[in-house]
Amino acid sequence: MNSKTADRLATGVFIAIAIIIISILVGLFSFILINGLKHVSLHFLTTPSSNVMAGGGIRDQLFNSFYVLIITMLITIPLGLGGGIYMAEYAKPGKVTDTIRSCIEVLASLPSIVIGMFGLLMFVNLTGWGYTILGGALALTVFNLPVLVRVSEDAIRAVPRDLKEASLALGITHWHTIKTVILPSAFPSILTGAILAAGRVFGEAAALLFTAGLSTPRLDYTNWNPFSDQSPLNIFRPAETLAVHIWSVNTQGLIPDVEEVSNGSAAVLVLSVLLCNLLARWIGSMIHKKITATK
Amino acid sequence: MEKIVPAKERLLKSEKNWMDGEVRGKFLVILCAVIMISATIAITIFLGTKGLQSFIKNGVSLIEFLTSTKWNPTNQANPEYGVLPFIFGSFAVTFLAALVAAPLGIGGAIFMTEIAPSWGRKMLQPVIELLVGIPSVVYGFIGLTVLVPFVREHVGGLGFSLLSGMIVLSIMILPTITTIATDAMSSLPKSLREGSYALGATRWQTIRKVLIPAALPTLLTAVVLGMARAFGEALAVQMVIGNVRDIPSSLLDASATLTTIITLNMGHTTYGSVENNTLWSMGLILLVMSFGFILLIRYLSSRRKM
Amino acid sequence: MITLSLEKESIEQTFETTVPFQMENILKVNSLEIFYGEKRAVNGISMDIEKNSVTALIGPSGCGKSTFLRSINRMNDLIPGARAEGEILYEGLNILSQQINVVALRKEIGMVFQKPNPFPKSIYENITHALKFSGIKKKSLLDDIVQESLEKAALWDEVKDRLHKSALSLSGGQQQRLCIARTIAMKPAVMLLDEPSSALDPISNAKVEELIVELKKDYSIIIVTHNMQQASRISDKTAFFLNGDLIEYDLTEKIFTNPSVKKTEEYISGRFG
Repeated sequence: MNSKTADRLATGVFIAIAIIIISILVGLFSFILINGLKHVSLHFLTTPSSNVMAGGGIRDQLFNSFYVLIITMLITIPLGLGGGIYMAEYAKPGKVTDTIRSCIEVLASLPSIVIGMFGLLMFVNLTGWGYTILGGALALTVFNLPVLVRVSEDAIRAVPRDLKEASLALGITHWHTIKTVILPSAFPSILTGAILAAGRVFGEAAALLFTAGLSTPRLDYTNWNPFSDQSPLNIFRPAETLAVHIWSVNTQGLIPDVEEVSNGSAAVLVLSVLLCNLLARWIGSMIHKKITATK
Repeated sequence: MEKIVPAKERLLKSEKNWMDGEVRGKFLVILCAVIMISATIAITIFLGTKGLQSFIKNGVSLIEFLTSTKWNPTNQANPEYGVLPFIFGSFAVTFLAALVAAPLGIGGAIFMTEIAPSWGRKMLQPVIELLVGIPSVVYGFIGLTVLVPFVREHVGGLGFSLLSGMIVLSIMILPTITTIATDAMSSLPKSLREGSYALGATRWQTIRKVLIPAALPTLLTAVVLGMARAFGEALAVQMVIGNVRDIPSSLLDASATLTTIITLNMGHTTYGSVENNTLWSMGLILLVMSFGFILLIRYLSSRRKM
Repeated sequence: MITLSLEKESIEQTFETTVPFQMENILKVNSLEIFYGEKRAVNGISMDIEKNSVTALIGPSGCGKSTFLRSINRMNDLIPGARAEGEILYEGLNILSQQINVVALRKEIGMVFQKPNPFPKSIYENITHALKFSGIKKKSLLDDIVQESLEKAALWDEVKDRLHKSALSLSGGQQQRLCIARTIAMKPAVMLLDEPSSALDPISNAKVEELIVELKKDYSIIIVTHNMQQASRISDKTAFFLNGDLIEYDLTEKIFTNPSVKKTEEYISGRFG
């Protein structure tokens, strides 16, 4: 076969590959949304789940997913920001910086099940807490932190150098420059990265299996005292999240309507992640417009 | 300009005018860096010591652990602790998934950068991002409810099989491979392409003989990263692979991986028991493999620089 | 050679030029060497900068003039591996010393950069940003300083009605004058200008040059420029740099009409650079 034919054939193959990839996505999404959305109703979202009977909802799991996400972000965002500032502004090239980068790389690539095991060891057994929201959040911090450090570092490095020099040349200290000139400029990118990271955390299950647990105690949503056992705000209680719930009803559960519940939960999960992605993109394009319009 | 304050006081560092906001800020930020280093060390030490318990405390033989194919920890009379089937399962499903995902991913990247450079990326990029966004449990669930019955009815076996695991994993690692492969292809210098076309080569010839070899180290990195992800995936695989303790003899046989065994059994074994300790040892293997993958990727990246 | 001494301030000067009366020096550079790692960028230069004058530093790319300029306000500290030896005396202190509080120094020695770099804030905030940091909080005082600085920078009339609009909405020339205004607001003694109009169109360039000549009444200005015509138009004294050496430093008029060193003459007449 001559080269022209081969070229045409190859082009065809590549187009086919692109089509395959797109079809996979379209197929997956349609399946999830078509099968799932019909089960998602206000009732579904606000009814507590059931372990044995049909008709259970995902109220507690949904709340837990959000709450664990919030706690995780509360821990990782300041730490990630601090780490990113350090790497971008203070770290000098050398052994120590290389070590930190290696640590970031290691933490980012550990399988989530391994992190879950570490969480089990440290935050469940060693501390004696048992399954807790805090334990789950700390486990999630382990692999969310490198992401946020990288996001912050990249965003800070992207701020043009002459802005920093302008501030320093006016007799402003380094830290104040970071606080008032660099961070505000880097903020939109950091926000975008944080929202994307939140989307990933929301769908995480393996790390929470052994740390936040597979159950939720009876919750009283009118009780806002975080120290009470029945309050949903108590971070020292076990909390099955939505993603974990999908897994457990399919592998351990006995409920007869497992498919309906799973489909509905999957739809909610995927939609939430999709929303995060869209939000991040929207903010990203708004920033882009702002920067390019005024210059 | 009247200088009321003498120069020495204005310009020299002293206790009072050296900014303590500066020092405070620097301290906070260094603290974060320290936390990251400590976390990494803590994980290694804790998982390491706990993982070694079964050998040190319970006397399980390391050699048996790694090479025996018989896994029977609950047998009172003669407990056996061979995890080779699971190691095999992990590697098998990882390689198979890479086999499927690599051509798809690299092909997709080439489509975006060579075949349709103007609009291909705009179309496929969001698709890839959306695929990444689907949580692994959802992949597992769809695999369970759609793929497994399909395989059972149209291909054979129980449906719970290596094949199912391979398909689910390959879709999951596809975005990773595609993204990095796209970066690799798009950072090739234009002059490479232009030079090849100027010599009269067709696009396919250029891709095959010039571009892919040039991008090869990064493409390999992409595949290895995908494999690392596949090796560590737990829930999605666990839902479709069957979880049996024998080494599979065909694609349609059920299997198990290190991750799936841990997931299934951690919950109902007692903390501190031998069986539980062996699960931690399997976790240690996972940790070691993670480090191995990182080293492999670093090696590949350094080759690229040469 | 004329040797003069001033009883009032007891500074002894030695001049090799036909200067009719004594000029006070604001900066004294002694045997300054600047290294980037192992590479030496500035090779032992000594010169005095006169108060309330415009001193131009000229020379081809890479000759060390910008490096020298940046050492005066310790901006080279930002570059890892950069170090300076020798002395730069300001108000009797060697500002290269580790004992110097560079933050305080930079309030007195300001810098305007080649590419206008206003903060992505309002025009008003660009000027008040550094003022607030140095402790001036009272709004009326801030308003006064903003107006004064913008007037001195010949920008007030153009922006007085839109002080709270973004600084990025100004044209390039206006942005550069804003950068000059915010430096003036700190009331420095010395202003370092690093090719301030090379990124500007000719009309803005002319405005900036006018401004510089006005400003020398109150400030001592050192300007690095690639544009020899500019140097000859606005400066009182000119220093010619080549490969890190100070080749010649004299009155501008003399440098451009009758330079003493052959290399200077070659550069001026465009034979290289």
